[in-house]
Amino acid sequence: MSSTLQPDGLETYGDDAQERVGFFTDTSVCIGCKACEVACKEWNLIPQDGQVWTGESYDNTSTLGANSWRHVAFVEQEKPLHANGDGGTGLRWLMESDVCKHCTHAACLDVCPTGSLFRTEFGTVVVQQDICNGCGYCVPACPFGVLDKRHIASDSNVGHKPDLPAALGTKEDGRVWKCTLCYDRLKGGHEPACAKACPTQSIQFGPLEELRERADARLANLDGEGWNGAQLYGRDPGDGVGGFGAFFLLLDDPEVYGLPPDPVVTTKFLGAMWQNMATAAAVMAVGIVGAFLGGTR
Amino acid sequence: MGSNMAENHPVGFQWVMEARERGAKVIHIDPRFTRTSAMATKWIGVRAGADIAFLGGIVNYILQNDLYFEEYVKHYTNAPVIIEEAFADTEDLDGLFSGWDDEKKKYDTSSWGYEGMTTHGAAGNREQGFVTKGHQSGHGGAGGGLSHGEPPSEDPELTHPRCVFQLLKKHYQRYTPEFVAEACGCSVEDFVYVCEALAENSGRERTGAFVYSVGWTQHTVGVQYIRAAAIIQQLLGNMGRPGGGIVALRGHASIQGSTDIPTLYDILPGYLPMPHAEYYGGFDNFVQANTSPSGWWGHFAAYWVSLMKAYFGEHATKDNEWLFRQLPRVDDDNSVYWTLQQMLEGKVKGYVVAGENPAVGNSNGRANRLALAKLDWLVVRDLVEIESASFWYDSPEIETGELKTDEIATEVFFLPAAAHTEKDGSFTNTQRLLQWHRQAVEPKEDCRSDLWFYFHLGRRIKQKLEDSKEPRDELVRALRWDYPTHGQLQEPSAESVLAEISGSELETGAFLDAYPKLKDDGSTSCGCWIYCGAYKDGVNQPARKKPHWEQDSYVAPEWAWAWPANRRMIYNRASADPEGNPWSERKRYVWWNGEKWTGLDVPDFEETKAPDYVPPENAKAEQAIAGDHPFIMQADGRSWLFVPQGLEDGPFPAHYEPHESPFRNPLYAQRANPGRQQSENDDLDPHNPSNGEPGAEAYPYVLTTYRLTEHHTAGGMSRTVPYLAELQPQMFCEVSPELAAEAQLEHGGWATIYTARSAIEARVLVTRRMRPLTIEGRTTHQVGLPYHWGKRGLTTGDSANDLFHLALDPNVHIQEVKAATCGIRPGRRPRGGALRKLVEEIRGQAGAA
Repeated sequence: MSSTLQPDGLETYGDDAQERVGFFTDTSVCIGCKACEVACKEWNLIPQDGQVWTGESYDNTSTLGANSWRHVAFVEQEKPLHANGDGGTGLRWLMESDVCKHCTHAACLDVCPTGSLFRTEFGTVVVQQDICNGCGYCVPACPFGVLDKRHIASDSNVGHKPDLPAALGTKEDGRVWKCTLCYDRLKGGHEPACAKACPTQSIQFGPLEELRERADARLANLDGEGWNGAQLYGRDPGDGVGGFGAFFLLLDDPEVYGLPPDPVVTTKFLGAMWQNMATAAAVMAVGIVGAFLGGTR
Repeated sequence: MGSNMAENHPVGFQWVMEARERGAKVIHIDPRFTRTSAMATKWIGVRAGADIAFLGGIVNYILQNDLYFEEYVKHYTNAPVIIEEAFADTEDLDGLFSGWDDEKKKYDTSSWGYEGMTTHGAAGNREQGFVTKGHQSGHGGAGGGLSHGEPPSEDPELTHPRCVFQLLKKHYQRYTPEFVAEACGCSVEDFVYVCEALAENSGRERTGAFVYSVGWTQHTVGVQYIRAAAIIQQLLGNMGRPGGGIVALRGHASIQGSTDIPTLYDILPGYLPMPHAEYYGGFDNFVQANTSPSGWWGHFAAYWVSLMKAYFGEHATKDNEWLFRQLPRVDDDNSVYWTLQQMLEGKVKGYVVAGENPAVGNSNGRANRLALAKLDWLVVRDLVEIESASFWYDSPEIETGELKTDEIATEVFFLPAAAHTEKDGSFTNTQRLLQWHRQAVEPKEDCRSDLWFYFHLGRRIKQKLEDSKEPRDELVRALRWDYPTHGQLQEPSAESVLAEISGSELETGAFLDAYPKLKDDGSTSCGCWIYCGAYKDGVNQPARKKPHWEQDSYVAPEWAWAWPANRRMIYNRASADPEGNPWSERKRYVWWNGEKWTGLDVPDFEETKAPDYVPPENAKAEQAIAGDHPFIMQADGRSWLFVPQGLEDGPFPAHYEPHESPFRNPLYAQRANPGRQQSENDDLDPHNPSNGEPGAEAYPYVLTTYRLTEHHTAGGMSRTVPYLAELQPQMFCEVSPELAAEAQLEHGGWATIYTARSAIEARVLVTRRMRPLTIEGRTTHQVGLPYHWGKRGLTTGDSANDLFHLALDPNVHIQEVKAATCGIRPGRRPRGGALRKLVEEIRGQAGAA
């Protein structure tokens, strides 16, 4: 795969294709205010997710899911902020606002049988709830665990849930929901709600190419200042998913934040699998034909 | 320090982050490692309640190492002024200043004056001769006795043993780095790091700022905490200069505005004093007593008369003394906690609660709720039915059986209020910036704006009293109450209120542009003198939204409007040296160009007063302030290292232990602030025994409270909002692993936290962000509690404030909820009546009185 920025599927738009946009989430300035979570829920009318106190530092959202499209992770560490020990206390509190990665090679897209999941003209990946039949193939296909079925019933009493059809009654919603990178806002020329609400510009929205340049400069800065463990995650178009549309600057290895260190598009070997199957089938066919031919002898 | 800015002011914190990115050192000094600490260059953990020890240590370090900004200190502060011989320091009297009256439990402050004159508090002597139990001490300058603005005796060389500079040196001489480490629990190295960082970032080329919030104010020595920072900033030359100052972050939007246009009982708009009942005869006496002979408080009468014209229009005349004799008077303490005591005694009939939730937000919640049950009637105006409105059927006291719904006679009226998106209006932030917001949607159902409520209430009362002949009703009948209304709800025009506050010349109707235009002859009207000009040229100035990148300087004067006179930084004459030149090119802000003052901001000085101006013998008001004295609201034009009048508890801040503390005072025999107000209600407000008193070991830990980003104050605006409630869905306490081991607390389990007042339960969050400290050789643990929870809303839980007492700061009567003592044990608290039994049992075992 070349280091192209072009995500799979964008070519189908022809002249209507827009410049690919995405997020650069710089965790070195994230203050953990969760304004992104709230703004996302407000704008996208996502139901409340229940009142569960986890005791996991200040994180009571725990994970991305059908009802949490931004999730701020909190990691308390006994590690100095700067590699030279500056900061004195040897304690740091990492905060990271996680989100759908809008992969260049998105497995969720590949496996969706209904066409509910699609690549937008902005290069992002969106689920169309009016088409989604809740088959759930995309759920295990995502290497990050982002895709998730909504299990809330329309008459449950959790939060407000304006999108649930009343006809569902006590049946759970069952469809898949995830970050749309605020597709509706992009269409109107606005930045996504989370980026708009972020007070410290930890969440930056823009053309992906520009964000990558910004991230490189930022990383060089932090390295110059001796920050401990600063690294970009998902910036590299050569990685297993062809680079993220929403990538990160982390202050430790991805697994510390609960992110896979080396994500690979789960459909990567699908082609080869078909190839192998085809070969096997051909061999078998030849064998069968051979058997028949042999029989006439 | 005393602020968790990233969590409680996240939007403003973006500028701190930007400063950090540009290389600024951000140091966070706090009992807990918070989200602010996580963003700081350095965090220093300290004991809650010992900040004056830390700040006093900085003062001492600056003085001992000659790190102060000499020229600034000599010219702009009262360092050279010689103080009366009768003054005695805490160093002389083991923790007391001269003038302490042990019977009255207060200071006679007469020995704290400048030598050779009688100083007057605030704007003149408004406080003199009064029970000060109930008074806010004044704002502003001292007065009488100064000859043309100059103190009678000074030593420009700062060597006289009774000059302020030498007194300061003596006062803080024992606040050594070792003492600070011992009292606060930090290391000597960390403390010295702070001192050096401050000194390096001060002087001609650089400035540094302090940021504080209620972590400093909510103490029995709250005002003195801020004073201590003020002394540091004066010594370092960080006042009135760009990048300097002491940034007071408020607990709520427009708290600044609510003191400017006050909701306080003893001041009127613009910090004018509410007249006392028994003191002033007529208007002339009142004016005389409150007018400072020098400085801008010299125009007291102009501010006052213009306010009366705004209130009463043509009904206020010179002949009727601008209705002075009809005005209500302050006859007692009417502050919130004093009123609470009166309520408990059944002396208060009715109570209006708007924008507050005393049942959760006030110290000693139980006393507050029991008090509400003694009222005849209670009006609660809020967005939702908060705990203060539901106490009569849903409160901890109903649970314990102390209150029974059918025995409560209080009639409760709940009036739904409109939110800020449902009304027009302004917010005044801590920078004194007024920013306008417009209504986005109509309020739903019966919800109404505050403006609507008070306007129509006033209108109806006026209607009822229209024909009254009673003298007591004269003032209401004289009130101008003619704001235009619009829409179906007859919403009054907020902009017309702004125009009235800003003021006009009555004959022509011309809008005024600034307070120097105000007259004392009744020809001008102005609802708040410091806001004069907010509607200059008939333009809603706070509504201006021109971004800084479209303006000439970073000061951005066309974004909104700042009081006074759109001045973005007050006392900015101090940004130039005594000759009027910028201290440095890097820090240029306002300067003298040979003819007038000019610069990036509106100069806070008369435009053409030359730096070498010396006031003539009989000069008055601002003309009595010399050309090299920037602090023009003070009678002597200088900032005060030493406060001769206006404070109840000392001219210098001294380290006192909190009302409840596990430690003795390491410096003085006087343990806690002698002037602190203490409740006499031992029944409802007993206190934990402190160090040395029998039973102190029952409450061995330091207790502090705080807020979380996810919630808002007493929770009425966040526990009811699903998207916020789910982010912090349960009351919890924060403890260190060491304390968890000692008290057998389990992470994720429950703990019961108790004081002599009550016991509450919370989930246990064990975290390394809480650290044991070594204080006076003893390992000390701190317990942290967010105070957002109560019984209503989507997430409910026990209220941290139920644990706290009613000892108050003597100057502003604020509660001490940032430092007290407590005990903690594993498991949930008992239910029902057993709760009170537990609290009493522990008290009994402790042998506490």
